[in-house]
Amino acid sequence: MRAVGLILAGGNSNKMRELTHRRAVAAMPVAGSYRAIDFALSNMSNSHVQKVAVLTQYNARSLNEHLNSSKWWDFGRKQGGLYVFTPTITMDNGYWYRGTADAIYQNLDFLRRCHEPYVVLTSGDAVYKLDYNKVLEYHIAKKADITVVCRELADDENPSRFGTIKMNDTMRIEEFEEKPMVTNATTISTGIYIIRRRLLIDLVEHCAEEERHDFVTDILIRYKNLKKIYGYKIKDYWSNISTVDAYYKTNMDFLKPEVREYFFKKHPEIYSKVSDLPPAKYNPGATVKNSLVASGCIINGTVENSVIFKKVFVGNNCVIKNSIILNDVYLGDNTYIENCIVESRDTIRANTRHVGENGVKVVVEKNERYAL
Amino acid sequence: MRKKEMIAMLLAGGQGSRLGVLTAKVAKPAVAFGGKYRIIDFPLSNCINSGIDTVGVLTQYQPLRLNTHIGIGIPWDLDRNIGGVTILPPYEKSANSEWYTGTANAIYQNLDYMETFNPDYVLILSGDHIYKMDYEVMLDYHKENKADVTIAAMPVPKEEASRFGIVVTDDGGKITEFQEKPPEPKSNLASMGIYIFSWPALREALVALKDEPGCDFGKHIIPYCHEKGERLFAYEYNGYWKDVGTLGSYWEANMELIDIIPEFNLYEEFWKIYTNSGILPPQYISGQSVIERSIIGNGSEVYGHVHNCIIGSGVTIEEGAVIRDSIIMKDVRIGKGCVIDKSIVAESCKIGNNVTLGIGSDVPNKQKPAIYSFGLVTIGENSVIPNDVQIGKNTAISGVTTKEDYPDGVLESGETLIKAGEVA
Repeated sequence: MRAVGLILAGGNSNKMRELTHRRAVAAMPVAGSYRAIDFALSNMSNSHVQKVAVLTQYNARSLNEHLNSSKWWDFGRKQGGLYVFTPTITMDNGYWYRGTADAIYQNLDFLRRCHEPYVVLTSGDAVYKLDYNKVLEYHIAKKADITVVCRELADDENPSRFGTIKMNDTMRIEEFEEKPMVTNATTISTGIYIIRRRLLIDLVEHCAEEERHDFVTDILIRYKNLKKIYGYKIKDYWSNISTVDAYYKTNMDFLKPEVREYFFKKHPEIYSKVSDLPPAKYNPGATVKNSLVASGCIINGTVENSVIFKKVFVGNNCVIKNSIILNDVYLGDNTYIENCIVESRDTIRANTRHVGENGVKVVVEKNERYAL
Repeated sequence: MRKKEMIAMLLAGGQGSRLGVLTAKVAKPAVAFGGKYRIIDFPLSNCINSGIDTVGVLTQYQPLRLNTHIGIGIPWDLDRNIGGVTILPPYEKSANSEWYTGTANAIYQNLDYMETFNPDYVLILSGDHIYKMDYEVMLDYHKENKADVTIAAMPVPKEEASRFGIVVTDDGGKITEFQEKPPEPKSNLASMGIYIFSWPALREALVALKDEPGCDFGKHIIPYCHEKGERLFAYEYNGYWKDVGTLGSYWEANMELIDIIPEFNLYEEFWKIYTNSGILPPQYISGQSVIERSIIGNGSEVYGHVHNCIIGSGVTIEEGAVIRDSIIMKDVRIGKGCVIDKSIVAESCKIGNNVTLGIGSDVPNKQKPAIYSFGLVTIGENSVIPNDVQIGKNTAISGVTTKEDYPDGVLESGETLIKAGEVA
């Protein structure tokens, strides 16, 4: 592959509410056994991108812990490999990453020293599979300066959390709006870009000179009439998880057979850090219907239409409906949980009741757990 | 100079012929256990958890699965710059090439490997037992006693003692006598086949007995050391230890994991068992399925009923299928409407629709009554069972079978059906 990878994983999102108090969006657990960034990293690995940098900033501990070894994504190698860059104070810079373009600017040395002609730029908070080589071939065929991977907006999606695009017949992008309140555009950017490395360096340097820091508003939108920016449409599954509702929906999508088939069975695989947990165990009294259960779980109660992440303990007579229980949660006996997301490592005492009345409720209890 | 205080030599070359069709294509240490593990994961994990980072794995019989599983040792953190895990197959020499003819002979043929690490102690393990043990504690015991050889031994019921190699000790744990499968045992301490040798003692004994045909630790090396007057000690172990050498004990040991708090608990935080599990996704349990008292591996999809079972990774159980008291290994597909009782189905089998396993009376197996007993149906890996057939108890099946292989759609209890020239 003639590209290096850059994964922007520094972001927080207020729309994730309590869920990002603990971690960056890219470190959110997804689909029972994965974390959001596994999808971008696996795509890089499966597209034979040899060298990948992950730019982290906000609440990065959980993410750094997940990335403490690069071998799970097959990046443990002498040539290239996985780099994790956090902001550092230097002689001429004392700022955190002030935006996506600034994050790249602060790590420009990395890009300058690469020899690969192209850069694949992506976010760490989307669930998708994509062969970046196909996008690169398209990029070269179109003689594009920048290629933006985009897709049609689904009927039930609100455009105001995406960048919206209008293209002409040749797929050149003519209009680009960032998070518009109202728009008649029906195509959205997925935040995946291909760009020539030299050009990216130039653009980011210009941006920095002008004290501008955002890749979308200060580069894509400002340069759209000057540079040839093309759209590459994807039709397969792509979902950004950066709001509570989108996160909930994305996880629930994995209860559909076609989504599981696409991500879990079809080539290529999605990789993740292995956690050495025993298989899930169903004790007498367990009733599980239409649910995903990850390894290390012990189930004694009822679970319906839910996603149970790793190492969850479900006590006797518990009822869990339409909910997401994140990693290492202990649910005491007779707990009732409906329409909730229970934060990881939480301990829910016996006889607790949580119901998301108007939409999904995020449960964070922070109780002490007594060793069993 | 390279230096490791203790290295481990893991004997994993045995066939385990009493496991019948399960070991037709794989060595016994590579047989699946407990949903996602293989038997060799237990000694390998014990090694790394005991701080032993240099392990030689001696392979001989059908090593492919074992080699693939171990790889460079990543799951056990045994991918090391110095040491780590090394697969040691028999190799050709300028004169006198031979297979590994016995446990001690296999170790003798790898003297060079051991010497590169200048060990003070060598731990000899076998790859076919299920247990958790801290070898470091055993080493401390070995050092305290200034022993030349320490043998791990566990108390067994007096009436069963005559099935084992028995050690007789004085009050200080010093071994005074050996009895190999004695009719009248003098003690109830059975050797577990786990030895710590001080390196000079091991080296000397291996070289002295190098021409012994089929040189074996229990039969030759230990008696030799004893007769020479070396200090032999028994290290008493009282935890869970299970020999899964027969289909019955293999089935039983798996089933014991289902207990609410099993004697052998895989869910404990410390002393984790590591394995090379390719399949990551969570398991999907559908709306029609019923699951009770079972362990189910990653990435499996269950649409049927599962009671009292150990299900491996990547298994599909289709609608209406009912599975009871069975072990289903990795990547098996079980068709609609099957009824499966007390069966062991090995990896990647395809069971058609409406197949019944484990019916009829408990007739002993006609070919190998000692192996295929306990009322079990045993199906070897990659087997195919056609739709609508019924299979009795104490049966063994291996290979791609078709309707024609089942007269009137039935395989009676006690029959064996081996296709594709396989030897059971």
